[in-house]
Amino acid sequence: MSQINITVNGQAHDLDIDESRTLAQFLRLDLGLTGTKIGCEEAECGSCTVLVDGTPVDSCIYPALKAAGRSITTIEGLADGETLHPLQSNFIRHGAVQCGYCTPGLIMTSAALLDENPDPNEHDIKVALKDTYCRCTGYTSVISAIQSAAREKRGLPPLPVNEPVVDEPMDVISRSVPPIEVTAKVTGAAKYTDDYTFPDMLFARTLRSPHPHAKILSIHTEKAKSLAGVKAVLTYKDVPGENLHGLVYRDWPVLCGDVVRYTGDAVAIVAADSEDIAAEALMLIEVAYEPLPVVGDPEYAHKPEAPVLHPNHPTGNLLKHIKVRHGDVEQGFAEADVIVEHEYRTPTTEHAFLEPECAIGVPKGYTDHKKLTVYVGSQIPYQDRDQIGLAMGIPSESVRVIGTLIGGGFGGKEDIAGQIHVAMLATVTGKPVKMLYSRQESLIFHPKRHATIIRIKTGATKDGKLIAVQAELYGDGGAYASLSDKVMTRATTHATGPYEVPNAKIDCYAMYTNNVPSGAFRGFGVTQSAFAVEQNMDMLAEKLNIDPIEFRRMNAQKVGVTTATGQLLRESVGLLETIDDVQKDMVAKSNGHGFQWKWHEGNKAYAWGIACAYKNTGLGGGAPDKSEAEVEAFEDGTIEVRTAAADMGQGIAHVVAQCAAEEMHIAYEKVKVLLCDTDLTPNGGPTTASRQTFMTGNAARLAAVALREAITRSAAEMMDVPPEKIYYEEGLLRSNGHSMPMGDVVSWMKESGLSPKTRHEYWGPKTQPLGTGGDMHFAFSYATQAALIEVDTDTGEVQVLKILSSTDIGRAINPLMLQGQIEGGIIMAMGNCLSEAFILEDGVPWTRLLSRYKMPSIKQTPEITSRLVEHRSSEGPYGAKGVGEIPSINTTPAICNAIYNATGVRIFKIPVDQDSLLLAMKRGQTEVHRAWQDVK
Amino acid sequence: MKLWNHYHTPHTTDEALQLLNDYAGRAQVVAGGTDLLVDARAEIAYQPHEALIDITRIPELSNIRQDADMIYIGAGVTHSRIVKSQAIADSATCLVESCGVVGGPQVRNVATLGGNVAHALPAGDGTTSLVALSADVEVFYKGQRQWLPICDIFLGPGRSLLETGRDLLLGFRFKKSGQGEATAFKRIMRPQGVALPIMGCAVWVKLDAASATYEAARISVAPVGPKPALASEVEAELIGKVANSDTIESVAAFAQTVLHPRTSKYRATDDYRSEMITVLLRRTLTLATERAKTGKAVPEGVGV
Repeated sequence: MSQINITVNGQAHDLDIDESRTLAQFLRLDLGLTGTKIGCEEAECGSCTVLVDGTPVDSCIYPALKAAGRSITTIEGLADGETLHPLQSNFIRHGAVQCGYCTPGLIMTSAALLDENPDPNEHDIKVALKDTYCRCTGYTSVISAIQSAAREKRGLPPLPVNEPVVDEPMDVISRSVPPIEVTAKVTGAAKYTDDYTFPDMLFARTLRSPHPHAKILSIHTEKAKSLAGVKAVLTYKDVPGENLHGLVYRDWPVLCGDVVRYTGDAVAIVAADSEDIAAEALMLIEVAYEPLPVVGDPEYAHKPEAPVLHPNHPTGNLLKHIKVRHGDVEQGFAEADVIVEHEYRTPTTEHAFLEPECAIGVPKGYTDHKKLTVYVGSQIPYQDRDQIGLAMGIPSESVRVIGTLIGGGFGGKEDIAGQIHVAMLATVTGKPVKMLYSRQESLIFHPKRHATIIRIKTGATKDGKLIAVQAELYGDGGAYASLSDKVMTRATTHATGPYEVPNAKIDCYAMYTNNVPSGAFRGFGVTQSAFAVEQNMDMLAEKLNIDPIEFRRMNAQKVGVTTATGQLLRESVGLLETIDDVQKDMVAKSNGHGFQWKWHEGNKAYAWGIACAYKNTGLGGGAPDKSEAEVEAFEDGTIEVRTAAADMGQGIAHVVAQCAAEEMHIAYEKVKVLLCDTDLTPNGGPTTASRQTFMTGNAARLAAVALREAITRSAAEMMDVPPEKIYYEEGLLRSNGHSMPMGDVVSWMKESGLSPKTRHEYWGPKTQPLGTGGDMHFAFSYATQAALIEVDTDTGEVQVLKILSSTDIGRAINPLMLQGQIEGGIIMAMGNCLSEAFILEDGVPWTRLLSRYKMPSIKQTPEITSRLVEHRSSEGPYGAKGVGEIPSINTTPAICNAIYNATGVRIFKIPVDQDSLLLAMKRGQTEVHRAWQDVK
Repeated sequence: MKLWNHYHTPHTTDEALQLLNDYAGRAQVVAGGTDLLVDARAEIAYQPHEALIDITRIPELSNIRQDADMIYIGAGVTHSRIVKSQAIADSATCLVESCGVVGGPQVRNVATLGGNVAHALPAGDGTTSLVALSADVEVFYKGQRQWLPICDIFLGPGRSLLETGRDLLLGFRFKKSGQGEATAFKRIMRPQGVALPIMGCAVWVKLDAASATYEAARISVAPVGPKPALASEVEAELIGKVANSDTIESVAAFAQTVLHPRTSKYRATDDYRSEMITVLLRRTLTLATERAKTGKAVPEGVGV
C-alpha cells in the first residue's frame, strides 16, 4: 500500500492504495468512478482516456502513483451539475452515441482538444482522436458533434444535425428522437456488467487450452485449491447438468474433460477473493496434454485423411453441406456468351466490440435474488437462460438472466461466454462471482467471422443478362458449430447477389477445424459472398463492354423476380432506386468536371467502384420466428415497454419506445423501456439477422395497439360514449367536448379491476426451409454503395475518400440513429476490406493482442453520404425492414472494384495488401491472390 | 492482473540510482511505460515487475534545453513535448516529424524518446531521426556517467547496451541544423497488424554556400539491419552532387543496390521494402533539400 494525494474532478483525495493500481483501476475500484471504461489494457483503444492536468492519457496502463499530486478529470467531472458539457449534449444531438462504451473516452479526448483548440477542423479532430476507437458509429457523427460543441463553446449556435430525408414522418415514427439511456452514456452513469459489484463478490478466471487440439491426460487442481484466497476450482467433473452448450448444435463443452479442440477451450475455472489470486491459481492447475494433429483449414478438414474432430457428428468434419439448386446450370452456361470464374478468399475477422465479455453469477438466496441469477450483456438472454439451466441440471425457469447494457456485440455476444461458468461458481461458493475477460482472452475465445474460400463462376449473355451462377464455398467453422450452419447458409443463398439469375448451383461446405470457432458477425456470411459476387459482376460488365452500373440495373431484383431459392419477390424491392440514388450522387460528387470512373494526378490514381447487396430480415428458412413484448400504462401518464430484446447499441430500445408512443398517442418522453430480464420481460428472441426492428418492433406496436384499445374502451365507459368517438390529442383522451388524461383512465381501470397491461406475441410470416421453394425469408433489405478511392502508385497504399450509399430499409423508424447504423456498418466493412484479419498459425492465434488487430480509426473515415429508400414492407412495423447488417456487405467489393479501376489489378484476397498491389502494378500483373497475413 | 509490485517516483538522478542499487537488478526503469507495460501483457504468462522506478519526476531528465549549437533532451521528455518544441522544429525538424507519428496522442503524451531508445527497437521512429542527427546519448553505464554515440546503445533487435535494472539513460544531445543544413523524416506504414514501420527514413543534408551541391549528408534507413546505422554508401553517392531532383532520383534508386532489407513476417516482403527505400529517399531528400535551400522548415505529417 502506498499513500496518494490526488485531485479527481475537483475533489482532493488522500488515500492508501495498492501500489500496483493503474489509474483506471484506482478510479473504478477505489473511487467507484466507473464511467472510465477499460477496453484493452494495451493503450490501443482509448476507451479509458482521462485527463491528467488537462492532458489525455490512457488510464489503463497509467500507474496510479504516476498521477500523484495531479488533477484528474473523468467523464463524471465534465458536466456542470445537471447541465451537460456541450460535448455531451452534442454527442446526443448528432447521434454519436450507440453502445456508449467508447463514449467517455471519445468525449474526454475531445474535451482536451477543445481546451487547446477552440475551433478544430476535421483534420485536427482526426489527429486528436486517432487512437480513440469507436466500433459503432463510423465517426462521422462524432466529428459533427465535436465541431458543433466547439461552436457552442465559442458562443455560436450549434451545427444543424445531418439527418437523412425520409418519407411521411408520423408523430413519433420516422422522427430522430434521442436513444434510451443516452444521457447516462455521455455522463458515465451508464452501467455495463463490469460496473456492477456486490458485497462479498468473488472474482473468477478461466484456464484455457494452449493447444489447438490435444487429448487431456490428467487435470490436477489440488495446488490451486490450497492457495489462500481461492474459493473454488472446478473442472468438467463439476458440471452438474449437461456438459455441452451450443445455439444450434450442442457440441461445445462447458469445460473440456477429454479433448480440447481449439486454443482457448475452457478446461478449468477458478473463483477467488481477488482477480490476482484467481490468476495465480490458474498457474497452479496442472493439466497434462497429449497434442493431436491439427486441422488448420477447412479444405484439409474435408479430406479423408483429416482427423475427425467430433466423432458423434454424423458427417464427420463436414458440419453441413448447404445446397442451392435453381434451373439448369449447365444449360445456363451453354447459353452464356461470357463467363468469368475466380477464387476468392476472406480471412477470419474479429468483432472487437469495445466491451470485453463479463458475467456475474449470483446464487439463489443471496440478498433479494430468489433464483440463481446471471447478469450479462448478451444478445440472446432467454437462450442463455436455457443453456445455463441445461448445464446446471435445473429447469430454465429456475434461472434468471438480467441483461445489462452491452458495449457492442455485432454478433459476437450470441454464444455462451462466462454465463454458465459464473452460475456454477456462484452456486458452489454461495457468493456472487464476477468473470471479466481481458481483451486478450476475449480475442482468443469468442466466435469470429468465417474465413471463407469462394470459387464462383458467373455467366451472362451478350445482351447483358445474367444466365448462370455456379459456386463452391468452404467456410471455416472452427472447433464448434456455433451459428456456422445458419451463417454459411446465408453465404450460400445470397451467392447470386441481388440479381435475377435463372440458373444456379451453389454448394457450401461448413467445416469443423481446430481454429477459433466462427459464428455470427454482422453480414452473416453475405459479407463474404458479396466480395466475390460483386467483383465477378464488374468483370462480366467489362467483358460485355457494358457500364457496371447499367449491368447491375439490367439484372437487378425487382418485384416479380424469383430468387435462386425459389422465392417470388412480391413487394419491397428497392434495389433499382438505390442504384439510381448512388449514380446521381456519383455524378454530383464529380466536382463539376463530368463523371469519370478513374483519373490520375501525379503519383495518385483515383477511381470509383460500385457494388450492390441484399440481406434477409429475420431468421427465415422455416425457423419459427417470434417475439414478445409487454406494454403497461401508469397513473402518471407514462408507459413502460418490456421485452427481452438486446440493445447492443443498435437501438432496439428506442425503436420499441417509438412504436409504443406512436400507437398510444403519447410523447416519446413518456415511454420507459425495460429490456432483457427473463423474470420481468417476455422473450424478444435473439438479436441477430437484422430482425429486432421487424419482430420486436411489431410485438411492441401490437401490444401498444391492444393497450390503447383497452384504455379507449375504459374511457368510453367513463365518458359514456361509444369507443369509436374517443380520440387522442396532446396526451388526452377526448370526446364530445370532454377530455381526460390517460393516467386518470389508468387509475379508473385499476380501481375497476382491469389491467392496464397488454402482452403481444408476434409471429413473423411463415418461411420455408432452403430447398423447398417458396418464401425462405419474409423481407429483404437492399443497398448500393460506391467508393471513391485513391491509390498511391509509389507505395500501393489505398485510401477511401468517399462512400456513397443508398439503402432500402422499408421505413426509417429513427432516421438519425438508422444513419448511424449505416455509417458504422460501412466503416466496419472498410476494416474488413482494408485492415482486419485474425491470424491463426496452425490453430494458434497470433492475433492475441488488440495491437495486432487494426480496426478503422477516425483517421480512415471517408466522407459518407447515406440516402434512404423506403419501399414499405407490408408486414414490417410501419413498413420497416432490417438495417443492422446490410451496410456491411457491399463496401468491400465496391472498394475492390475501385482498386481495379484505378490500377488494373484485381484483389482476390482481403485485407488488401499494399505490398502485393504495388508489386503487381510494377510487374504488369493483373491479379493479387496474397494478403498481408501471407507475408512470411 | 497486476503488472508491478512497487512503484517509485524519485526526484533526483542519485535517488533513482540508489533505488536501482537497492533492488539489485530486480527493478525496472520506467518513463511513460507505454512499451514496457504493454509488452508485459503480451507475455502469455507474465510475472509482475518487482519494482518500477519512474524517472519522469526528475527535473534534470525532464527538460528540453538549447545553447548556441546544441539541443539537449532529457530521457523523461515526452513525444508530445518534442513535437510542440519550436526549437526542435526549427533545427532538428526530422525529430519532430518522427516523434509526431509515434502512437496516438494519448501515447505521445506519456511515452518518452528516452524510453523508445532504451527499448532498443531497431526501427523506433525517434531513433531513426536521432541517428541522422548523429545524436549522443548520455547514460549512467557500468557506474559511469558518460556520453555515447546513439548507435553504440544498440546491440541487436530489442537488445540494448544498457543493462536492465542497473544502468540508466539520461538524455540526448545533437547539433542544431545550421545555415544550408536541414533534415526530414518519413515512414511507410500499413493499415494492418502491429504499428511498426515497414520502413522509415531520416536524412540530414548540408548544401554548399551556393546551395548548389551536397556538401555532406547523413542518411538513416530502418529497419535494414539488426540495429540502426547510417547508410554511408548512400551518403557517399550523394555528396558532391548537384542538389536537384535528378541526383535525388539516381541516389534513391542506387540505395536499393546497397541496402538489402529482408522479408519481415506480417510486415512486408523484401521486394516491397526495397521499393520503399527508394520512395522514402526520394521524398525525404526532396524535402530536406528544399528546406536547406529556403532555410524554412515546417514539420510534415505530425499526428497523421
